[in-house]
Amino acid sequence: MSRRPYVRKIERNWWLSQPRYVSYMLRESTCLFIALYSALLTDGLIRLSQGQEAWDSYVAAISSPPGVVFQVICLGFAVIHSVTWFNVTPKAMPLALKGEPVPPKVIVGAHYALWAAVSLVVLIAAGV
Amino acid sequence: MAKSSKPILWLPFAAGGMAAAMITPALLLVTGLLVPLGLMHLPYDKIAGFAHNPIGKLILLGILALPALHAAHRMRTTAHDLGLGAGFGVKLVCYGSAWLMIILSVVALLRI
Repeated sequence: MSRRPYVRKIERNWWLSQPRYVSYMLRESTCLFIALYSALLTDGLIRLSQGQEAWDSYVAAISSPPGVVFQVICLGFAVIHSVTWFNVTPKAMPLALKGEPVPPKVIVGAHYALWAAVSLVVLIAAGV
Repeated sequence: MAKSSKPILWLPFAAGGMAAAMITPALLLVTGLLVPLGLMHLPYDKIAGFAHNPIGKLILLGILALPALHAAHRMRTTAHDLGLGAGFGVKLVCYGSAWLMIILSVVALLRI
């Protein structure tokens, strides 16, 4: 006898019924833009391996109006990902020091501070 | 002991989610705004030189592979949330696209 697990029917737009479901879906949807940007970076490495001419055309493409619009949209979703990711860190990785729980605000704050530092390093490394 | 593939999928999700949260906005700021506005430049010699160095190769692979793996895992769970199920096809599209990017990047980096 073959296995026939019961699959409950899910409405495609269930997440529109409540604001908190919409914000949940907004957070989850960031992954699509993270993935698309990884694809853009993959293309960049391929072009880099093909030599100067290919690289220059890649830089021209990401600097073109469609390239900028695409990346600004990705930037918006990337920031939503960062903020939502950092805000759940006290729940995802609760910390205790000498038996005392570290206040959630301290854990979140430390992540924001690190975010600022890492962003600065990226900007300096890329040569502002 | 119960066997689960969850830890194997969770580690890249957590590491990738953190990498994407920490690094991706700054990278997008560079490639999507500062370079197009002419405030920054990505000259071939400099970037190719960075990619020539083994540590540079690892950094370049990491900033694309970790977020890609994170996104793959989240896409899979979101597909499930949208009623697309959790079958082989969904896994293939989500994890397969991430691994395709990683393989293409490794090949490209090894040729630099």
